[in-house]
Amino acid sequence: MTEPRQSPHPRVSREHVLHLLTQMIRIRRFEEKCAELYTQEKIRGFLHLYIGEEAVATGVMEAVEPDDAIVATYREHGHAIVRGIPMTKIMAEMYGKQEGCSRGRGGSMHIFDAETRFYGGNAIVGGGLPLAIGLALADKMQKRSRVTVCFFGEGAAAEGEFHESLNLAALWKLPVLFVCENNRYAMGTALDRSESETDIHKKAASYRIEARAVDGMNVVDVEAAAREAVAAVRESGAPRFLECRTYRFRAHSMFDAQLYRDKAEVEAMREQGPIKRLTEWATGTHFIHDDDLERIEAQVAREVDDAVAFAEAGTWEPIQDLTRDVMAEGPEAVQ
Amino acid sequence: MSETETTYREAVRAAIREAMLQDERVFLMGEDVGAYGGCYAVSMGLLEEFGEERIRDTPLSESAFTGAGIGAAMGGMRPIVEVMTVNFSLLALDQIMNTAATIRHMSGGQFGVPVVIRMATGAGKQLAAQHSHSLEGWFAHIPGIRVLAPATLEDARGMLWTALQDPDPVLIFENALLYNMKGKLAADAGPVDIGNAAVRREGDQVTLITYGGSLHKTLQAAEDLAEQDIAAEVIDLRTLRPLDDATIMASVRKTRRAVIVDEGWRSGSLSAEISARITEQAFWDLDAPVGRVCSVEVPIPYPKHLEDAAIPQVPGIVQAARETLGR
Repeated sequence: MTEPRQSPHPRVSREHVLHLLTQMIRIRRFEEKCAELYTQEKIRGFLHLYIGEEAVATGVMEAVEPDDAIVATYREHGHAIVRGIPMTKIMAEMYGKQEGCSRGRGGSMHIFDAETRFYGGNAIVGGGLPLAIGLALADKMQKRSRVTVCFFGEGAAAEGEFHESLNLAALWKLPVLFVCENNRYAMGTALDRSESETDIHKKAASYRIEARAVDGMNVVDVEAAAREAVAAVRESGAPRFLECRTYRFRAHSMFDAQLYRDKAEVEAMREQGPIKRLTEWATGTHFIHDDDLERIEAQVAREVDDAVAFAEAGTWEPIQDLTRDVMAEGPEAVQ
Repeated sequence: MSETETTYREAVRAAIREAMLQDERVFLMGEDVGAYGGCYAVSMGLLEEFGEERIRDTPLSESAFTGAGIGAAMGGMRPIVEVMTVNFSLLALDQIMNTAATIRHMSGGQFGVPVVIRMATGAGKQLAAQHSHSLEGWFAHIPGIRVLAPATLEDARGMLWTALQDPDPVLIFENALLYNMKGKLAADAGPVDIGNAAVRREGDQVTLITYGGSLHKTLQAAEDLAEQDIAAEVIDLRTLRPLDDATIMASVRKTRRAVIVDEGWRSGSLSAEISARITEQAFWDLDAPVGRVCSVEVPIPYPKHLEDAAIPQVPGIVQAARETLGR
């Protein structure tokens, strides 16, 4: 169904366009359902929606092999979905049920999946970068041709761990693709209110990492850039850096009144939304038709419904198990 | 059994060397571990023997290289991360606390972090208030990691290998004053358990509970007490997390008195934790309040006389033990 992943270039076929669109719609509808479930108090805690940014995870994941590793942030539902973790297990995790991909212990911000080498779900801004370079170091030392893809927001560029990790990745020539999801706001702090240099990829370039910015609202551009970058990382073993310029349509979390940005700005960006843009282009060029869209929506609606049903039917972990998975041998012998 | 003369430093080095020889997944990384030979000369000569790939000098990026150790452990390696001193480990605390200690739990048991993180701790070298603290008690607060404090040559030699077999993160605190400690070590010394406290001296009148650099002061105090006809039992905790309650309580039930000697500050300390456990588990066996000898609540000062006054010393331990006997 998809293009050969090793290929450095995407080929725009009807099938592939449908696939990209489906992936983005899966993320969108899943998260819309999550927002609804949040208001019903089925999902609690923090819920950070990726709506508006779907092209980034979708495009990048097209370039990644099953053996590669993914390190993501607390806004990672989309990455988990397009990486191939079953939506059922992700939704059960959102509920905190033990059928969730992290046994319910993590919730929205801590999605993990060993099978797809999905290493979280890290809710410390910048905290995933050192982990990612370590995974890449292990690959390099064991002479495996794997790539570690590390997603983070532009807010991470203010953290020391960002700079420490970029330097080390370049110095030690580690096979990492750094993907900066620049959605312009670190929670409520606009980029130009927090950074003296707002071109994030220039910071990476200063560590001698080949870096570029790409339109993160255009999934085809993201995919093309990611394919080229992942192929280069795999070929050279050295890191690359991709800054995907995107926008978050929804609040930072469900507690955010969005006092820091104009509604007009959000509306203008919605006009350039990744699903809207791909749909308009693909229908305009007659790549796809209205009935394709209806079919995709119906199929995704079923998948989301199944995920909710799975989560609803899930079970709560017994309290007697509270101290499991702290240390390997079960409950630690510390009272 | 043949014995060799060695130092604590050489014992740690021998442990690293053996681990590197036995398991190709093991590597050492940290600041100045290679070309410099280690800030405390622990890894002297290892770069020449094992090369840059496995003896990795890092930039001064505690968070990134500690996190890289965590990631490499998750990727199938068995890294030994050296942090130069415990004060610098605060720059890596995010990775230790928020990543290493939490990933197994957050992932519902899917991922473990078999990393070993070593660092120097403790005062006594006139290195002042940013190189001399004893923060191992803080780390012992954290579920999800194991915390070791080797105080003897046998433990310096033997704990590392066992720690490397642990599927979870292990922190090893080496008191900087111990590196020059000389003694005899069995020629075939090897791995030791990391689960139990050890009774280093037997006695039946008061239990002195300690670990790390304070062990030797406490043993000296026990010797002085013996001259005053007081038989003190000395427990070396060895593992600060999880604590070996059974060994502590068995001793306290026998002696009915306890003094805890801890180079950490008194407030909110490991000594406070141990005292609370004794109260919870052995209160009715006690003949006296639990005593404590801790560091004075001051950042460690530079001048020798003030530094000495700030941390536990033999006379203070002797006095605290005598007080439990009403003497």
